[in-house]
Amino acid sequence: MALKMVKGSIDRMFDKNLQDLVRGIRNHKEDEAKYISQCIDEIKQELKQDNIAVKANAVCKLTYLQMLGYDISWAAFNIIEVMSASKFTFKRVGYLAASQCFHEGTDVIMLTTNQIRKDLSSPSQYDTGVALTGLSCFVTPDLARDLANDIMTLMSHTKPYIRKKAVLIMYKVFLKYPESLRPAFPRLKEKLEDPDPGVQSAAVNVICELARRNPKNYLSLAPLFFKLMTSSTNNWVLIKIIKLFGALTPLEPRLGKKLIEPLTNLIHSTSAMSLLYECVNTVIAVLISLSSGMPNHSASIQLCVQKLRILIEDSDQNLKYLGLLAMSKILKTHPKSVQSHKDLILQCLDDKDESIRLRALDLLYGMVSKKNLMEIVKKLMTHVDKAEGTTYRDELLTKIIDICSQSNYQHITNFEWYISILVELTRLEGTRHGHLIAAQMLDVAIRVKAIRKFAVSQMSALLDSAHLVASSTQRNGICEVLYAAAWICGEFSEHLQGPQQTLEAMLRPKVTTLPGHIQAVYVQNVVKLYASILQQKEQAADTEAAQEVTQLLVERLPQFVQSADLEVQERASCILQLVKHVQKLQAKGVPVAEEVSALFAGELNPVAPKAQKKVPVPEGLDLDAWINEPPSDSESEDEKPKAIFHEEEPRHTRRRQPEEDEEELARRREARKQEQANNPFYIKSSPSPQKRYQDTPGVEHIPVVQIDLSVPLKVPGMPMSDQYVKLEEQRRHRQRMEKDKKRKKKEKGKRRHSSLPTESDEDIAPAQRVDIVTEEMPENALPSDEDDKDPNDPYRALDIDLDKPLADSEKLPVQKHRNAEAVKSPEKESVPTVEKKSKKPKKKEKKPKEREREKKKDKKGEDLDFWLSTTPPPAAVPVPAPSTEELAVSTVTLAKDESEGLRREELEDEDNTDHDQERKSSRHKKKKHRKEKEERPRDKKKAKRKQAAPLENGAAEEEEPIPPMSSYCLLAENSYIKVTYDIQASLQKDSQVTVSVILENQSNSFLKNMELNVLDSLNTKMARPEGSSVHDGVPVPFQLPPGVSNEAQFVFTIQSIVMAQKLKGTLSFIAKDDEGATHEKLDFRLHFSCSSYLITTPCYSDAFAKLLESGDLSMNSIKVDGISMSFQNLLAKICFHHHFSVVERVDSCASMYSRSIQGHHVCLLVKKGESSVSVDGKCSDATLLSSLLEEMKTTLAQC
Amino acid sequence: MIQAILVFNNHGKPRLVRFYQRFPEEIQQQIVRETFHLVLKRDDNICNFLEGGSLIGGADYKLIYRHYATLYFVFCVDSSESELGILDLIQVFVETLDKCFENVCELDLIFHMDKVCPLLEQGSWKTEFRTCQATCVHYILQEVVMGGMVLETNMNEIVAQIEAQNRLEKSEGGLSAAPARAVSAVKNINLPEIPRNINIGDLNIKVPNLSQFV
Repeated sequence: MALKMVKGSIDRMFDKNLQDLVRGIRNHKEDEAKYISQCIDEIKQELKQDNIAVKANAVCKLTYLQMLGYDISWAAFNIIEVMSASKFTFKRVGYLAASQCFHEGTDVIMLTTNQIRKDLSSPSQYDTGVALTGLSCFVTPDLARDLANDIMTLMSHTKPYIRKKAVLIMYKVFLKYPESLRPAFPRLKEKLEDPDPGVQSAAVNVICELARRNPKNYLSLAPLFFKLMTSSTNNWVLIKIIKLFGALTPLEPRLGKKLIEPLTNLIHSTSAMSLLYECVNTVIAVLISLSSGMPNHSASIQLCVQKLRILIEDSDQNLKYLGLLAMSKILKTHPKSVQSHKDLILQCLDDKDESIRLRALDLLYGMVSKKNLMEIVKKLMTHVDKAEGTTYRDELLTKIIDICSQSNYQHITNFEWYISILVELTRLEGTRHGHLIAAQMLDVAIRVKAIRKFAVSQMSALLDSAHLVASSTQRNGICEVLYAAAWICGEFSEHLQGPQQTLEAMLRPKVTTLPGHIQAVYVQNVVKLYASILQQKEQAADTEAAQEVTQLLVERLPQFVQSADLEVQERASCILQLVKHVQKLQAKGVPVAEEVSALFAGELNPVAPKAQKKVPVPEGLDLDAWINEPPSDSESEDEKPKAIFHEEEPRHTRRRQPEEDEEELARRREARKQEQANNPFYIKSSPSPQKRYQDTPGVEHIPVVQIDLSVPLKVPGMPMSDQYVKLEEQRRHRQRMEKDKKRKKKEKGKRRHSSLPTESDEDIAPAQRVDIVTEEMPENALPSDEDDKDPNDPYRALDIDLDKPLADSEKLPVQKHRNAEAVKSPEKESVPTVEKKSKKPKKKEKKPKEREREKKKDKKGEDLDFWLSTTPPPAAVPVPAPSTEELAVSTVTLAKDESEGLRREELEDEDNTDHDQERKSSRHKKKKHRKEKEERPRDKKKAKRKQAAPLENGAAEEEEPIPPMSSYCLLAENSYIKVTYDIQASLQKDSQVTVSVILENQSNSFLKNMELNVLDSLNTKMARPEGSSVHDGVPVPFQLPPGVSNEAQFVFTIQSIVMAQKLKGTLSFIAKDDEGATHEKLDFRLHFSCSSYLITTPCYSDAFAKLLESGDLSMNSIKVDGISMSFQNLLAKICFHHHFSVVERVDSCASMYSRSIQGHHVCLLVKKGESSVSVDGKCSDATLLSSLLEEMKTTLAQC
Repeated sequence: MIQAILVFNNHGKPRLVRFYQRFPEEIQQQIVRETFHLVLKRDDNICNFLEGGSLIGGADYKLIYRHYATLYFVFCVDSSESELGILDLIQVFVETLDKCFENVCELDLIFHMDKVCPLLEQGSWKTEFRTCQATCVHYILQEVVMGGMVLETNMNEIVAQIEAQNRLEKSEGGLSAAPARAVSAVKNINLPEIPRNINIGDLNIKVPNLSQFV
């Protein structure tokens, strides 16, 4: 019975497939979580089974649960099991689950590499397809590196289904493993012309995505894309290409010219709105890039604007939205053509769709002028009142402020109006932008001197009614305006009409409920007010009133002293003491007003936000120089004198900065941009402080009109902005009348500078005498506004020049068997050294090849130039883009010709020299000189080559004998024996060196039982015969009769080779002569220099260049003075002692290469000056490099 | 690039959640919820674009959605995608779903407004092939969008590939056959529990092919 139940439940349990799960969840609405946790328990049971079908079913259910928000990463291993099932059904389930929950942090992901590789090469296209799809979602840098080559092969698969997937996934691979971009790019480019439209579309997709991030690298593809654009009929592809052109045109205006015609044709012909819209967008981009150069594009602009108007008027809201979006792009460069559609845009403000209203708002920003500003803002204010939802209202508020404050308040003619708008905005409930309003109030009050009186009166009213502002809305920031109000009233207290009243308002007990920073400003400005009141009273000789004010302060200030906010407390207690002191003086009848107001003497001027940054560094001041002697740190070898680092330094410091995460940085960047765009302080078009308004006749006398009482005043004493609109109209009307009368005077009236003056704008004179004080900048401020590129941008890694030919070292890693890798043969090892492709003897090959590359690059540039400079063919027949092969062939022949020509010239030249030497005729010389001159501009490299033929691999010119050199150096010496040694490394063993020791018997004794022992370090150990301990010495396998020398070899194992090492050791031996035998010891220090770990490895200049380009080598340099040796010998010396080979030598400059036994590349650039030699080094290990250079310095110092 | 594809019904219940950028599950759910609330507020006759803002990615991203009867299809894309193009793509996706599922479920409402079957309200996906329905939608999506990039826009091509894969699955017996076999297999696999309890130890009992006897 019980068994039956159990069996039944088991049956049910395992009967449950996904459908049952979904149904079950629906049937357990009230206890869903419990039901699901029960299901998860079941799933866990199922996953424990061996049956793959059960597992797949379980994983399938997990995938569903993942969608509901359950973490299923615990089943990652089971998912991999299901992925590796042989049946497609299960495999698909596994890969789907993996694509949903695997990510870079999943630790078992590395187990999938081989499985995925297997699936990629599966004979079934769907196995491959499923693997590619899955991989696209969870590819990691490791997977990308390991599988890049497999995927690249799939790009040429026979089935288009696989090809397109492989092409698409390459983008993900590039992102994770940027090194794969260059090797894979040629094939990717091929796919642009794939016969299958799906594959073609995928390739376009990938290249567009790449080009969007780093457009300049893809300019050379423009002809190809142009061809595609004129031939393709797939709208999806067309849209992508057109979008890509939009990104390319800013870099190459000529491309834009070429595009205009076909794009216009498309606009006229296409019926697809999506395509039409993108065409319009790209035409706009073209027009922006051409904005100055092209005169008669007004037709194109008109076409665009006209099409956009159709979109905006469309009943489809989507088109309306996009139309507005595109319109705002035109607005930036061609504001006039948009302004004529103001009616349409204002209409959109009333749209029921918030997205559309927001877009319309954006447009308004660019459409305002002096003439219509008040009208537009009035309209916006009514929207503010109507708006439901704080987000839209906040957006409106910021837009109003943006619109008014743009370009240094360019469109504001009446600042009283603006202040009252700001005051009205403070009545908004629940806005987050109190600080924005406050900032505007401060800015206007400070910068527009004429408005201060009015501003102060408004602000004091605001302070008076502070309870209205602060009471209900304290938590959402509108009380920030009190900050501005208090400051303005305090700072410009001379304009206050009832200072005493304001003072009392600021000292109300209610104030203590405000946020701390506002209270602090209150306290500070109370004193300013107090100072000015004192002054007034004392001037009026009203000592009693003065004492009363003091008394008021003494009574009220203690409430601030008790504040919990430190700032408030500190200021209040300071000021309280000060006031008490003043009180004492007042009691004695001493006049104090002067002294108190002296506290606040002087005017505060606005300072430009970047002023500090722009202060130029005075000449002769080196900010990086040490003030004191740098602490000498003899122990650490990599600590170098400062000067050596000069090029590296910025990178180091950047690295040291705390790593910010990507998003945070992006967000900040965005915020900063936004801020710069909105803040008038940033617009520094003309920093001359002489920008001020001149008198305009008649303007000062603004007629006082009756307040329209139908508009109720919400706050007593505050004028409504609406009045100003009326006032303004009247004023303008009067102005016009007066202007008619005083035509001549108008000549004198200078207007304020404006960047976009329209005829009608100019006629409107500002109502106040406005004096915009510009912010202060330091003298001779640096004008540059460099915006550093973010080093953490993931797309920056893909900023790779794609036109350069591939180097061998850039091949994608191919899967190899471990065993094969373990055995390293020196020939196989040579990554950058031997170009296997080269068939010709190297000497001939090398030079032309390099030049060919250069030529090719030039050629490509020229090619694009040519394509761009030709006028577009009629009927848009594309110019066939020359294929790369053709190009390569032509350049090869070119290079050959040239090198032949060159050789001939050289011969000729030699002849000439002979002649010269024979005849010494000056005429001839002159001729030759001229000839050289002619040559130089043609090919500078050629000339250079003639001056100094490159020297290869240390092959010596026969100009100077090289002094004899020995690599053996003295180890130790005493009366019996002299020991010299040399260290040899070999490529076969990456952690072993052989020390050859020459022992020379200098005595008359017979030396025997010699034993060498060394005190091992952690890093370096002597290889001893098996069975002996580390303290045992290694016997020297010979004896030395008097006067004889012999060589013994000892093997040492080394772990790290990046630093030089010294090992202490002893040579013990028995010296036997006629008188008997003595036991002798000789101590020594065995010096393992870093140079001894290098192995002379030849390297070709192009491989060398590639290596340097790779950019992952660290750099260091030294300079040695006082060198008399010839450069030739110097090089020989470096080659000999430090195991370098010369890659190329030109004049007194040579590049050298070597390689360590552990595979570090070391590149040197040695330059000889008058009597100094500088060595710049690059190496894959910074420590190794600095150690090497240190050693080289010692060598060179002896030259 | 497409950053995310979300499908949920009028009650905000997710029907398909596909992120092309890693977010932890709870964030994913939060995004689905917030997107649902954003979209729900909007009338059907206003525009289908929403500036995503803080939701995913930031200012560069847009939400582009379509509402079909009981389902919302929301794509989150960056500026490299054409807005109208994505709207078309959603249409392609939905039509493909319709073709692949033939006469089913919530999608029925869209194309056959007249016959509203009561099952729809429960939102189950019935398919002609008795496989895992929810995952099926994923498989179809995978033929349209791959790794955040548009793979295929030709509906016939998409349907052809889906059908070929379903045929392949059918020939293998499908996943739905699994539970039946599972029961038998599991019964046998459970057997070792008994010996293990009496500590026979390393009796390695594996009955891999027993299913063929049942």
